[in-house]
Amino acid sequence: MLKKVGVGTVIEASGLNLTFETDDGPVHALSDVDLAINEGDFVSFIGPSGCGKTTFLRVIADLEQPTGGSITVNGMTPEAARLQRTYGYVFQAAGLYPWRTIEKNIRLPLEIMGYTTADMAERTAAVLDLVGLSDFGRKYPWQLSGGMQQRASIARALAFDADLLLMDEPFGALDEIVRDHLNEQLLALWARTQKTVCFVTHSIPEAVYLSTRIVVMSPRPGRIIDVIDSPLPAERPLEIRDSPSFLEVASRVRQGLRAGHSYDD
Amino acid sequence: MTEALYQRVLPVLTILVAIIALWYAGAVFLNASWERDQAERAGVEITFAEILPKTMQQERPVLPAPHQVAGEIWATTVDKKITSKRSLIYHGWITLSATLLGFAMGVGLGVALAVGIVHSRVMDLSVMPWVIASQTVPILAIAPMIIVVLYNVGVSGLIAKASISAYLSFFPVVVGMVKGLRSPDPMQLDLLRTYNTSAWQVFWKLRWPSALPYLFTSLKIAVAIALVGAIIGELPTGAQGGFGARMLNGSYYGQVLIIWSALIGAAICAGLMVGVIGFLQKLVLGRMGLAR
Repeated sequence: MLKKVGVGTVIEASGLNLTFETDDGPVHALSDVDLAINEGDFVSFIGPSGCGKTTFLRVIADLEQPTGGSITVNGMTPEAARLQRTYGYVFQAAGLYPWRTIEKNIRLPLEIMGYTTADMAERTAAVLDLVGLSDFGRKYPWQLSGGMQQRASIARALAFDADLLLMDEPFGALDEIVRDHLNEQLLALWARTQKTVCFVTHSIPEAVYLSTRIVVMSPRPGRIIDVIDSPLPAERPLEIRDSPSFLEVASRVRQGLRAGHSYDD
Repeated sequence: MTEALYQRVLPVLTILVAIIALWYAGAVFLNASWERDQAERAGVEITFAEILPKTMQQERPVLPAPHQVAGEIWATTVDKKITSKRSLIYHGWITLSATLLGFAMGVGLGVALAVGIVHSRVMDLSVMPWVIASQTVPILAIAPMIIVVLYNVGVSGLIAKASISAYLSFFPVVVGMVKGLRSPDPMQLDLLRTYNTSAWQVFWKLRWPSALPYLFTSLKIAVAIALVGAIIGELPTGAQGGFGARMLNGSYYGQVLIIWSALIGAAICAGLMVGVIGFLQKLVLGRMGLAR
């Protein structure tokens, strides 16, 4: 299923379908999804629960198998991309090992991938600095707040050479104030690393604030309602959320979500 | 320090004092009838005040008083050479060596079975029911048969006793380790999948450390029943030495004191072994940052 894609296209899905067979009959998690994601994009997936946004991310990561259509990641099948370790995945929970210090948690993927000891030390220090946790490397996870733990898990996904970052509601369990702070930091991080980011969320302000493109999805069957290219500038202070263009995009996202929902009634 | 004393030592001592008090009361109650019979036979009246001290120092009491048992233990440990056949330490070591060997065998078997069960669906479906069935058989019934069968293939003594210990002690290890090795949640396994992690690495980096707290809990149970297994293994053969042999001898000759001192000796051994594992548990989990 190897297919050449245009230069600069990281993910290309066409006619993608995924149906889960459950005891209550088939569930259409993804229905005819067509989407291309370009290199360096920050793409948010937004929609209510059951719209397939997480499932789509898991298909990219080869954690779910599509039942129809095609998808390529870096021009390869998702499986080949996973075997070559071309992406980092950040889950809803930090999922740090309680028996490892923060530093050693970040070394986990590096140990598995067989980096040299010197390289590991260098990379660990670099990503700890990147997420602002340099002073906490020797702490255990339980000694850190929830927001710090999630930052450590982002550092873990950044430690090895993957140009693609997949984030599944990484800030979903955090409070609004911490979330604002982390959103700001994530944007700075993205600007510095130039990675391609796929970001799943159910918060409209978060999606609009972070993204260059916003993919609005709807449930039953999970499908794409709207794809919005953000007119916002690359430089985004938190106050941008009160600007007219921000509110305009937010309103379009909201309309898309409402249109998706009307199918249910 | 004093706070630790109050919080940990005091409750234990309180219960100990209560047990000893109950024990004395029981000794008086159970031994008094023999004193009354004696007095009646001699045709004399006897008061409770006269009975009381006599119940504390009978030659063959129904229930010996604590100080009698303590005296017997002292006489057979401190006042006896370790090489003597009447030394409790000599017998204790015979049982303990079988216990430790059987415990090691049981733990090895238990961990190996658990690893197999977790990694192979076939083993999960075929072995697990038999593991459970093995423990529904009364050990007192099956122990003599194991000893006899092993004797006929040329295995006797230490190894035979140790295999009874192993038979009992592998079970909590299998159950605990299966639970422990399966304790990582799906997200943890998904994360390792995104790193393209080999099954071997998943085991060493995730499953094994996750299972350690479960393992230590299982080991505490396993070592205590390993001791029970070794004692039971000494009963059917009328073994020459060990706590089991002491208990058997005591009951042949009506020497209740010997039975009780062997019982207490075995309890102390079990307590010490559980204590050592608890210490190791604290040490290992503390170093892993899992004990707060």
